[in-house]
Amino acid sequence: MKSLSKKENYDKMTVLNENLTKEIQVEMLKKIIEIRRFEERCIQLYQQAKIWGYLHPYIGEEAVAVGVCMAIGVKDYLVSTHRGHGHCIAKGADLGKMMAELFGKSTGYCKGRGGSMHIADTELGMLGANGIVGGGIPISVGAGFSCKMEGKGRVVVCFFGDGAANNGVFHESLNMASIYKLPVIYVCENNLYAISMCVKDSTACENIADRSLAYNMPGYTVDGSDVIEVYKIAKKAVEAARAGKGPSLIEAKTYRFYGHHPNDPAEYRGKKEVEYYKKEKDPILVLENRLLKEKVITRSDIEEIERDIQKRIDEAVKFAEESPEPELERFLEEIREA
Amino acid sequence: MRKITYLEAIREAMQQMMREDENVYLLGEDIAEYGGAFGVTVGMLEEFGKERIRNTPISEAAIIGVGIGSALTGMRPIAEIMFSDFMTIAMDQIVNQAAKIRYMFGGKAKVPLVIRTAGGGGTGAAAQHSQSLEALFTHIPGLKVVMPSCPYDAKGLLISSILDDNPVIFIEHKLLYKNKKYMQHVPEEIYRIPLGKGDIKREGRDITIVATSFMVQRSLEVADILESEEGIDCEVVDPRTLRPLDMDIIISSVKKTGKVVCIEEACYFGGFMGEVVSQIVEKAFDYLDAPVLRIAGRDCPVPYSLVLEEEMIPSVGRIKKGMLDLLGRF
Repeated sequence: MKSLSKKENYDKMTVLNENLTKEIQVEMLKKIIEIRRFEERCIQLYQQAKIWGYLHPYIGEEAVAVGVCMAIGVKDYLVSTHRGHGHCIAKGADLGKMMAELFGKSTGYCKGRGGSMHIADTELGMLGANGIVGGGIPISVGAGFSCKMEGKGRVVVCFFGDGAANNGVFHESLNMASIYKLPVIYVCENNLYAISMCVKDSTACENIADRSLAYNMPGYTVDGSDVIEVYKIAKKAVEAARAGKGPSLIEAKTYRFYGHHPNDPAEYRGKKEVEYYKKEKDPILVLENRLLKEKVITRSDIEEIERDIQKRIDEAVKFAEESPEPELERFLEEIREA
Repeated sequence: MRKITYLEAIREAMQQMMREDENVYLLGEDIAEYGGAFGVTVGMLEEFGKERIRNTPISEAAIIGVGIGSALTGMRPIAEIMFSDFMTIAMDQIVNQAAKIRYMFGGKAKVPLVIRTAGGGGTGAAAQHSQSLEALFTHIPGLKVVMPSCPYDAKGLLISSILDDNPVIFIEHKLLYKNKKYMQHVPEEIYRIPLGKGDIKREGRDITIVATSFMVQRSLEVADILESEEGIDCEVVDPRTLRPLDMDIIISSVKKTGKVVCIEEACYFGGFMGEVVSQIVEKAFDYLDAPVLRIAGRDCPVPYSLVLEEEMIPSVGRIKKGMLDLLGRF
């Protein structure tokens, strides 16, 4: 099937000589590695039962969050998903407070009441991860409404997956954002599987971005393993939103290297498929190889980045471990009536 | 002293709060030119414009989502859901999102959202346009639930709801909107009735009636009949907000009269009054001279036939008979 979305725009974008400084590219690499190592540690801690509940690794998809978040500012809003650690880190969240939240400690972003699926910090513009697939999409429309009424050019980025794109609120929300011309950038992270159901079996169109036509907004499909490509498309969508031109739908084709959660062996995917993505579409390798080839960075620079990140993650874990449990006498705060 | 209807009181509260605070705005289906399905927002488009009287597509989940997202980012939205039955289409946004966000995010995030909706039957609108679903919402920590029974309360409670930093489900009753019988003096200025404060609608010595929404009006009617026909002096207590619930006002009335009947329009099984009865039994058991009586909607979808609907929803006759039975007067 031929793609219906405005691919020509995307193709033009890729040849644009974007002014991507070395510093920005190195910063992108740092963020991607930071997300990867943070989550690898989370999986370890999960297996040691230091953290519990549900954990949804973003490993393999990091370039999407980083590419999009590099295109927005501190004051812009972000609406996230159950697979949200990467979005938080890309938006500038503190690793210590994140880890403390996963440990259920009082110093966590949500005082230990939210856990992995509910990390939020309104001061950082993070309007929340979400335990309900698609649950954040309508909320992003409201944040977009506030931005429009405020009139200062602030925008909202709304992440969701291929699974959420088949939920009814996707339709209600994108339609509404479009008729009101709200500054929302919809980013579908299509990692090909809604838990076990392959997008080929779940979704009637080839590209989720094709649906943008029905909502009269620009639609883009992009290789989600390439942070620079993601960044370029996101920047275009953000600029349109800031200029009052309304929402866009970006579909980033991506892949999660792990199962739906650490205990999911993901046997619904073929070994060859997984190997292909790990070898060819690893966001770290894609960017590292490029930066090494273009001599933006050296092996020893990368080693130093890795060391620095490990150190910060160690500190985050230490902070979380040493933080106090939530006080029992305060657990009804903010919900007590009257 | 001017008297206005319930509908006018609600509209006035919104108009005055929108003049006070530019962050207050309305969204919902057919609320602009059309003035809302029941005419509550008639004339508001002309004063406030279409940005603040925001007509929406038929997208209930997105309506509530827009309310939540804009509330989280500094606005004070009033979302109108045309019929309370349609709240069910937005249940994820109400229950899993709006109600949870403040607590789940550690208290920093606030959701000052009012969801106004029209509940109740008696209009011949049948099963999907007549329900009383308040118990679905009172069960959820993080939601406040308000059910005004008269114009004065409607205005003061709506103003408090708009000023509240939590999501408030504000359930209006269709039979109260325009009926001139229920017109009341309502002050022209802005005033607040605190959420969580009940009211004695009629003082009495013999028996306490706890009722909500339209059933308060019906109970007052029954109280007059029982007084003139039987010399029974009823006290009618209206909690006004179901959550937070003013249990103190109910308990002190029960301690005075020793007998209590709880009346609601919603289906009996799992109804909100079950909570009221449970708390009465826990807190005032020794003061009770008779079993607690509950009169509620029959456990069936609201039927279309006027004869059947009359039988389903507590009527003056059914309430009166139940109370006389309880009091041993056959």
